[in-house]
Amino acid sequence: MKALRWLLLAVVLLIVALLAWWWFGGGHAPTPRSASKVSAATLADPQRIAQGRYLAIVGDCAGCHTAQGGAPLAGGRVIVTPFGDIPAPNITPDRETGLGDWSFEDFWQALHVGKGRHGELLYPAFPYTSYTHVSRDDALAMFAWLQSLPPVHQPDGQSSLAFPYSVRNSLKAWRALYFREGGFTPDPARSAEWNRGAYLVQGLGHCNECHAARDSLGGTPADVHLTGGQIPVQNWYAPDLGTRRHGGLEGWSAQDIVALLKTGQSAKGAAFGPMAAVVSGSTQHMSDADLHAIASYLQSLPPRAAAAEQPVLFDAKVLTEQGGKVYTQHCAECHGKRGEGVVGVYPPLDGNSSVTEPSGINATRMVLLGGFAPATTANPRPYSMPPFAQQLSDQEVAAVVTYLRRSWSNQASIVRAEQVRASRHTPVD
Amino acid sequence: MTKTRRPLRPRWFAVASLFAFALIGASASRAADAPVIPDTLQQRIAACTSCHGVHGEGTPGSGYFPRLAGKPAAYLARQLQDFQNGLRKYAPMEYTVRQLPPAYLREIAEYFAAQQVPYSRSPLPPVSAAALQRGEELIGKGDPIRRIPACSSCHGSQLTGVEPSTPGLVGLPYDYLSAQLGSWRTHTRSTVAPDCMATVASRLSPADITAVAAALASRELPADTHAQPAGSVTPPLACGVLGATGDDS
Repeated sequence: MKALRWLLLAVVLLIVALLAWWWFGGGHAPTPRSASKVSAATLADPQRIAQGRYLAIVGDCAGCHTAQGGAPLAGGRVIVTPFGDIPAPNITPDRETGLGDWSFEDFWQALHVGKGRHGELLYPAFPYTSYTHVSRDDALAMFAWLQSLPPVHQPDGQSSLAFPYSVRNSLKAWRALYFREGGFTPDPARSAEWNRGAYLVQGLGHCNECHAARDSLGGTPADVHLTGGQIPVQNWYAPDLGTRRHGGLEGWSAQDIVALLKTGQSAKGAAFGPMAAVVSGSTQHMSDADLHAIASYLQSLPPRAAAAEQPVLFDAKVLTEQGGKVYTQHCAECHGKRGEGVVGVYPPLDGNSSVTEPSGINATRMVLLGGFAPATTANPRPYSMPPFAQQLSDQEVAAVVTYLRRSWSNQASIVRAEQVRASRHTPVD
Repeated sequence: MTKTRRPLRPRWFAVASLFAFALIGASASRAADAPVIPDTLQQRIAACTSCHGVHGEGTPGSGYFPRLAGKPAAYLARQLQDFQNGLRKYAPMEYTVRQLPPAYLREIAEYFAAQQVPYSRSPLPPVSAAALQRGEELIGKGDPIRRIPACSSCHGSQLTGVEPSTPGLVGLPYDYLSAQLGSWRTHTRSTVAPDCMATVASRLSPADITAVAAALASRELPADTHAQPAGSVTPPLACGVLGATGDDS
């Protein structure tokens, strides 16, 4: 009996020790710059720095690490997640508040393994789930460029995560579920162009971070790849990127994809919401070769399963008829009676994946917010759409969006007034 | 089989050509139907004009969407920039202008600056004669004890603004004026440092804001509502928008 009690105590102590390790363990010392295997001369190489600048644009580092009106890459933009707010850190080479004391080994560990300089687990708002596929050479080039920037002294903001997410080691469980240390392995059966595209889309481009649904823990299962999903909190729907049967971009040619990424619009649709920022800040600056590579990869994505048949609801007809009237009055003048749009000016609505995406939230919010097409070098004076939030009631917006989603060749679900009301209260970011 | 099919061929050809003509006809009527979009700035900025009016007249009745017509171009361009970098907070405006390049913002600002639209009267709240008098005092003399400069010392003797960056204050609705002074106090409206209007607004009491907004909104418009020429006033405060970098407040 006594022996059993001792055994029980030993087991309990072991469990406590394991839990303590789980909770508190995992830290380690940073690699000092003096011990780095990368020489100062390597980091100062102008060609490498130039390459790093380009790659940082491809990865859209500034999209998160630059605050509204703030100094470039000095951090401060708050990434809002369902688990709390995470301010993006300062990545300029300031010694106190930025990456000034970081060695390349520290940087590589962050990018490739998702761990900070002292081994602390990084929140996956930093998309290391994708960046883990970035090559060491490319990471080195980006690090060289970042270190060449003027240092900006700006301390990082405080995150406001709820418990247990506020304990970084809770990420051990998250990482076990969703993170695999990667590296890109080229497929020898495919062309060099396809492989380049796959590398960019899966790695630096981190397309899957938005264009795949996240589950309740904020993770994306390993087998879900570019099949589309609603972006948490931002509440825009990032469409499926498949171009084959039932794909979100069904029927998009390589040229359509390249045009959207380079100019902000294509014959099939225009970028808006968060994608407008991606085009403006990142993809419009990419080389034509890289854009074609991305298109080549996206075109190879497999066909998707057909969406489940939507039950026909009794109010669909009434709603659609009402929407038709709103459309004629407010929309047809620019988008055309058949939703055909005007090439290079106003996007078509017929066959537009943003109109027919599963949730209906994109079309709803576009009607409410309006706005300009992305401003790009190719289209520096874009046309725009009026916001209708002040002019149309929830019912009218629901009707016209339902009309768009069920007219011409479009066959998507209806949108209800309650959904429009919810969208009115979504903060614009 | 072959014999029975042969005589059909010319008929098929006729049917096919009829069909082809029908298609051409259809596409011609489609083309005629297609939207014709003028390549003008006015057309491009539908997102602006649907609230602020095609000529920047705003919504004079409610004052909800401010008038833009005739305001100095550099002032308007500065506001767009301030919305872009978050110094001025209003989510729909921040969303609308956030990616537009400086040259386009400038072009849009110049468009609205060049619009000539008559001013219209807006409703006034019930204010006492004493409040209106206090407002007139602030407009013309300021309040030296509380270090509040006169409105006219920066916004021009006729309060029609001063080129290139100081807006006029006459002809604007009470609601708009009081809301702007309020937002300077709550920092939802700010601009490049030193932010002289923030300094002035912080020295105004809520009663002063009502008084000065009511007095401005009830003023008769001068015959010439154009902004005064650049350099025609010497502002008593250092203002970032006027190119000052120091702070003498």
